[in-house]
Amino acid sequence: MRFMLLMIPKGYEQAAPGAMPDAATVAAMGKYNESLQQAGVLLALDGLHPPSMGARVSFSGGKPKVIDGPFSEAKEVIGGYWLIQVRSKEEAIEWASRCPVGDDDAVIEVRQVQEFSDFPDDVQEAAAPADRQGPAGRGRSA
Amino acid sequence: MTAPDTRRAIDAVWRIESARLIAGLARIVRDVGVAEDLAQDALVAALQQWPESGVPRNPGAWLMATAKHRAIDRWRRQERLGRKIEELGQDLEGERGGTPPDFDAVLEEVGDDLLRLIFTACHPVLSPEARVALTLRLLGGLTTEEIARAFLVPAPTIAQRIVRAKRTLNAAHVPFEVPEGAELTARLASVLEVIYLVFNEGYAATAGDDWLRPALCEEALRLGRILAELAPREPEVHGLVALMELQASRFRARTGPAGTPILLPDQDRTRWDYLLIRRGLAALQRAEKLGGALGPYTLQAAIAACHARARTAAETDWERIAALYDALSQLAPSPVVELNRAVALAMAFGPAAGLELVDALTAEPSLQGYHLLPSVRGDLLAKLGRRDEARGEFERAAALTQNIRERTMLLERAAACG
Repeated sequence: MRFMLLMIPKGYEQAAPGAMPDAATVAAMGKYNESLQQAGVLLALDGLHPPSMGARVSFSGGKPKVIDGPFSEAKEVIGGYWLIQVRSKEEAIEWASRCPVGDDDAVIEVRQVQEFSDFPDDVQEAAAPADRQGPAGRGRSA
Repeated sequence: MTAPDTRRAIDAVWRIESARLIAGLARIVRDVGVAEDLAQDALVAALQQWPESGVPRNPGAWLMATAKHRAIDRWRRQERLGRKIEELGQDLEGERGGTPPDFDAVLEEVGDDLLRLIFTACHPVLSPEARVALTLRLLGGLTTEEIARAFLVPAPTIAQRIVRAKRTLNAAHVPFEVPEGAELTARLASVLEVIYLVFNEGYAATAGDDWLRPALCEEALRLGRILAELAPREPEVHGLVALMELQASRFRARTGPAGTPILLPDQDRTRWDYLLIRRGLAALQRAEKLGGALGPYTLQAAIAACHARARTAAETDWERIAALYDALSQLAPSPVVELNRAVALAMAFGPAAGLELVDALTAEPSLQGYHLLPSVRGDLLAKLGRRDEARGEFERAAALTQNIRERTMLLERAAACG
């Protein structure tokens, strides 16, 4: 099972453009990331620049509208994510609990990734391109 | 937290910590069976205490300290292991009264111990099935029942396999250590074989199977990735990880909605997992950067990478694949490798080139009952316009396969030869 751990650092919604974590935080996170790697569970990770450098495309009645960050109404924003492969939600939660957030407040939201096989058959069929033929029987390995 | 919640949380901690715990204990007591028993004692204590006290901040350290204390209690009652009490006492002396161990230092020690445990569980004195069962138990933290379900074998069979494996290791006085030099390469092959066996068992799972079966692929990938961090200078480790990541990347594309198998040339490549492909290519690069001639796993990974890099089947670099199969057939020759090489030669240089090699293989005794040989021969003959001969080969292949869908496909191809 794959899970995304979404890091929601307190106050990141107000972070100035180019804001970076300090050396101590980076070092601590580095060790944590290494522990995920050494446990064989880490698939991917990234940090995200603050909303002040981003934009939102909001849709109303199907019509998109672009607003540049920062976003005054946003109370929680994502600072980064880890994508991990584990055997249960509890394992994902345990890993999230080990994140060294230091003295700051933060929230890590743990969300399971949808696997294609989670979708019912008709959705899977709909997602297939129209010209897919099916087995041609050449007798070679998959 | 409710009682079932706590139980699941403890199970999760166990999944994360048990291998390192067993490894650290095995270093002290020099016996993986005893180490596992002690680790289980610590788990029992956790199941008793954590529902009330909560999961501790450093569960690994808690489990290790508990296991050691339990060991002392145990061995006060079993004097024949009295020597071990002294070792344990010395070990505990260092921790008592001081601050908890520095997490970095513990990580380093643990790395070595984990590597020792991997090499011990995969020792060639054990049969491959025994190595697989012991590895999944000690390193995967899987229960006997889970291993049994995953391998479609009765649980008592697995239990016996594990008991006997531990006994064999003791009888053979297998030391708890990481081999060095030339021995390391040979022993590593044994470890990689176990991991790839687990992966292939998982990859062979079909829809409707117990979910524990395809989960074996993830388990093998996890073990491979762990090993890649513990032995980063071993190119074949990265080669095997690359191979598994790349094969796993095609998992979603290889069956149709009704569970029909879809072969590589016909797969919907938008269903390939590009995250795994990226990881596989990165692992392959690590293997290649270490220099030296490519080993068998790395070669197979390089072949899989050729497919992974092609956006469509038509863009596949068959010449490179043919060259890689040439190298593989020198290093790890087998009739199946030769057959795959023939297919690659045909795709790269035309059907006649492949047919030459396939014709030579028809006399090969080990391929006599193998339906893919006449199937490939039929395909090449059909492409050369030799339709009567092609039909005969497809019919022969259909008669040799057990799989109903494959037989249907082959008979359809025979009929299409007119």
